[in-house]
Amino acid sequence: MGVAKYIKNEKDEVQEVILQSGIHIKPLYNKKDLEEIGFDPEKDLAPPGEYPFTRGIHPLGYRSREWTTRQYTGFGTPKETNERFKLMISHGQTGLNVAFDLPTQMGLDSDDPQAEGEVGRVGMAVDSLRDFEVAFQGIPLDRIGAGLTINAVASIMLTMFQATAEKYGFKKDRVSATPQNDILKEMIGRGAWIFPVKPAVRLIGDTIEYAMKELPRTNPVSVCGYHIRESGCSPVQEIAYAFQIANAYIEEVLRRGHPIDDFVRGFTFNLNVFGNLWEQVAKFRAARKLWAINLKERYGAKDSRSLLLRGIFGGGGYGMTKAQPENNIIRGAYYALAAALGGAQTTALCSFDEAYTIPTPRAALLSLRTFQILMEEIGLRDTVDPLAGSYFIETLTKQMEQKIVEEMKKIDEMGGMIKAVETGYVQKEVARQAYEFEKGVQKGELIKVGVNKYTEGEEMEVELHEYRQESVVEQVQRLQEVKRERDNRKVLQLLKDLESAARTEKNLMPYLLDCCKAYATVGEMTKVFKEVYGEFKEPSIF
Amino acid sequence: MEKRIRILVAKPGLDGHDRGAKVVAQALRDGGMEVIYTGLHQTIDQIINTAIQEDVDVIGLSIMSGAHLPICEKLAKEMKKKKIDDMMVVVGGVIPKRDIPKLKEIGIEGIFPGGTPFDESIQWIKKHVKTR
Repeated sequence: MGVAKYIKNEKDEVQEVILQSGIHIKPLYNKKDLEEIGFDPEKDLAPPGEYPFTRGIHPLGYRSREWTTRQYTGFGTPKETNERFKLMISHGQTGLNVAFDLPTQMGLDSDDPQAEGEVGRVGMAVDSLRDFEVAFQGIPLDRIGAGLTINAVASIMLTMFQATAEKYGFKKDRVSATPQNDILKEMIGRGAWIFPVKPAVRLIGDTIEYAMKELPRTNPVSVCGYHIRESGCSPVQEIAYAFQIANAYIEEVLRRGHPIDDFVRGFTFNLNVFGNLWEQVAKFRAARKLWAINLKERYGAKDSRSLLLRGIFGGGGYGMTKAQPENNIIRGAYYALAAALGGAQTTALCSFDEAYTIPTPRAALLSLRTFQILMEEIGLRDTVDPLAGSYFIETLTKQMEQKIVEEMKKIDEMGGMIKAVETGYVQKEVARQAYEFEKGVQKGELIKVGVNKYTEGEEMEVELHEYRQESVVEQVQRLQEVKRERDNRKVLQLLKDLESAARTEKNLMPYLLDCCKAYATVGEMTKVFKEVYGEFKEPSIF
Repeated sequence: MEKRIRILVAKPGLDGHDRGAKVVAQALRDGGMEVIYTGLHQTIDQIINTAIQEDVDVIGLSIMSGAHLPICEKLAKEMKKKKIDDMMVVVGGVIPKRDIPKLKEIGIEGIFPGGTPFDESIQWIKKHVKTR
């Protein structure tokens, strides 16, 4: 979808190109542009795998290791989701990315009145460890890492994952989970928050601290510029806000006395790929460099592994359109190309039918095939950072870098990301831009093929994923079964222990692990936290 | 002077995708309406209470999760109970075409799937609303 403004003259010649980040693209770039912007090949373009990593975090890029593919998957019951996981793996997918339904994301059990109509709808329902056991049954967890798209209750889900892996005989230091676990971005966009900012950030600190000691292959936090961009911000802000969110989590762990090099390797990023191709590629290159500088200069990281920006670059949801949905297959291919040219470690794509429905198997497989074609047919594995040295790309990378630094400074001046979210500054900025963007689309200043240009009138029919009411019944039955079969006295005691611990500064993960193993439900554990911490109140932004 | 239309923009249920709701709220305001935005995770009861307290003419729901049918059914039922079923209800979000007749049956008057031009929804509301 077009996100750059094109100003043309009467002869249809392009006079001006203005990227979403506000950068004007010139019709021609040459050596002089690099000189003017202060490009220094020594400092800016060290070889891949060397500081500042503009060209990539591995010396050989995709030659040494192809990207991990991780389509966002989950619906209905854990059993249905398990079947879809296995389907995707059998077709060559190399990682998982679990979608949870909204009640689970909000810490409600499937039989909660507030969960009505939502159980298993946009992801799989999880009430207790039993559900995780079903969802991951038969999955080689020592080979296949699992992204868990969960935030407010990520601490609970990470202990569920550990308990499940151990139950199936995998050692906890051999399995790799990536819970999303980024609550500040939920408060800016996406909205699946429960607890107030400070306790919510404390829980993230607990997961990072715990993973550092107990789950060394786990990435306890995946900081998401992705959703903030989906909510309306520019690519520059996407990176600036993501980094400042990451800094807030870093400071939470530093405050507990851990040296930066002991934990920051577990940080990963989730970044978006829709929009102008060049702007995205330059964004990823600039981001890698700035993350390394941020770690080295702001936090004094010494271990070179601490400096690496690793991430899932993918999705592209907001670029996809409901009109002429098959166009999204083509868009997805270009978005995945942007991710590959940007050096993504992991990727995923929104499927072409996602503006309508949970992806059908055919749609999900098309996304997977897109990645496979890029890596195995088109040549994206051939050489690392293929666009390096281009007058245009290097100039744009520098420009993006400078703008990201400026945006980060604004947040610093406000006292950091926690303050910027509590006061609603970021939310307001994002909502304002979303409105401007939409006006641009409706006026035809921003082109969306099939939406405001080359339209075809009649809407296309898309095969819809069916929401099965029976899944809800099955899910609630299993929950009741679990509650009947477990040792309820033990569960009550463990929940009490959790509550007492939550009132102190103790790390809560061991308590959660005990609760999970005793089949306490997500709703029960969340209720304990709600009682101790209360709930987040959105700042008014209108 | 013509009375300004008061509209409640509400996010019912658990879904937190509020880009659309916030964008539409700004557009309705620029379109001359008084807009009250509920914020996220509202129960039907909370929405109805706010609508009564704020004495709005229109309730606008933004639903992206696919749960528009059960949510709208529940809202219509509760509005009847509270005797405010003369209030206009409109819905926007991810709404498949095949669900539009069902929503109309439930009593949802205006249905604006994602991408509906601001002007179209604003004019529709202005034309059909009965200010209270």
